[in-house]
Amino acid sequence: MSIDRRQFLLIVGGVAAAGIAGKQTLEVFAENQSRNSKGFAGKRWAMLIDLKKCNENEGCTKCIDACHLTHNVPHFDNKKDEIKWIWKEKFEHAFVEQENYFVPEQIKQKPVLLFCNHCSNPPCVIVCPTQATWKRKDGIVMMDWHRCVGCRYCMAACPYGSRSFNWREPRPHIKKLNPDFPTRTKGVVEKCTFCDERLARGLKPSCVEACPGKAMIFGDLENPNSEIRKMLGENFTMRRKPELGTQPEIYYII
Amino acid sequence: MYDTGKVLIGILIFILVFTSPILINIAGGKSSVKANPQLPKSGNCIESKEYMKGYHMEMLDKWRNMVVRQDVRFLKKADGTYFMLNGMKAEMSLTKTCMSCHDNKAKFCDECHNYLDVKPYCWDCHIDPAITRKEQMP
Repeated sequence: MSIDRRQFLLIVGGVAAAGIAGKQTLEVFAENQSRNSKGFAGKRWAMLIDLKKCNENEGCTKCIDACHLTHNVPHFDNKKDEIKWIWKEKFEHAFVEQENYFVPEQIKQKPVLLFCNHCSNPPCVIVCPTQATWKRKDGIVMMDWHRCVGCRYCMAACPYGSRSFNWREPRPHIKKLNPDFPTRTKGVVEKCTFCDERLARGLKPSCVEACPGKAMIFGDLENPNSEIRKMLGENFTMRRKPELGTQPEIYYII
Repeated sequence: MYDTGKVLIGILIFILVFTSPILINIAGGKSSVKANPQLPKSGNCIESKEYMKGYHMEMLDKWRNMVVRQDVRFLKKADGTYFMLNGMKAEMSLTKTCMSCHDNKAKFCDECHNYLDVKPYCWDCHIDPAITRKEQMP
C-alpha cells in the first residue's frame, strides 16, 4: 500500500488533533476528581519545625511514636533494617552543608527532627520507573505501595535519606497493629506521606497533633494567611541542602 | 493406520479415565467440594450479589487507584449521593467498608479463593480484622 502526500498529511493532522483533544478531556477529568468533601485542601503543603521549642522537652519522642503507631512502622533493632518515617539526627549531620568550623556546641549536638521533605522538585519522583511515587497537586510526594517494585532508585536519588527499604517482612516487628492502615511487605520502599489519609478526613498529621510543645506547624504555603506563612515571615529559617535545587518543604527554626 | 480398532479403543479408554471425576460428578448430580462463603446477617451490600460475585476484584482495583492515586476517598451511589455506613460516609476501603460487615476472612473471602485456588495478596498488607481482634483479647 502506498499513500500520497495529501493522505499522509491528513492522517498526521487527524492524529495530532485527536491527541490534543484527548489530553484536554483527561485534564478536565483530573480536575473534577480532585478532592474536596470535608478534608483539608491545600496547594503546597509544608512543615515548619521550631527546634527551640522542640528541644525544650529533652528526649521527647511523642511525634515519632504517634507516627509509627498510626502507620504501622516496624521497629528493627539492627540499624541496617531500620524503617524511618520520622527520626532524630544530630544538627551537624542533618545540616551537612553548614561548613562553619566553629559552631556552638549546644547547636552542634542538638537533635533535629527529620522526615520526607516533600520537595517541590523531587528527584525520587523523576527516577521511579513505575510511577509508584509522584508529586500530588497539593505538594505531597505520595507513594503507591501497590505499585512499588522495590528497585530502590528513589532511595539512591533522595539526598535526605528519607526512604527506607523493607529488607525483612515488617509485620512481625510492628509493636501494635493499627487495623485502619495497611502494613507493607518485604521488598517495598516506604516513607512519610504527610498523613494524606488524615488530611482527607480533615485531620492534621499525627506528629503535629502529638507534639506537646506545638513545635511543628503544618500548613499551606500558597495561603498567605496561614500560620506557617506568618511564621516564615517572622523567623529566620533553614532548609536541608537547598543548594541541590530540590526545593525541600520542611523548614527549621534553629 | 495399523490396528485402527485397538488404537481407537485405547483413546476412548484414556478419555474415559481422564474425565472420570467430571463424569462421576455429572452422574452423581453433585460435586464433592463446594465453596460455601458465610454471608453476614444484615444484608445491605453496596452492590448486588451477582455484581460482587463477578466483579469485586475489578471494583477493588478501581478503588485502590481512586484512593491512593487520585485522592478520591468516599463511596458514592449512582445518583451522586454518598453511601453511608454507621452514620459516616463510607470509604472506598477493603478493611473499613467491606470487612466491617464481612468480618470473617476465613469463612467469607478464603472460602471461594481457596476453592478456585486464587491467591490475592490483599492481606499481605491490609489487616484481617481477626488479627487485631485476637490481639485485643487478654
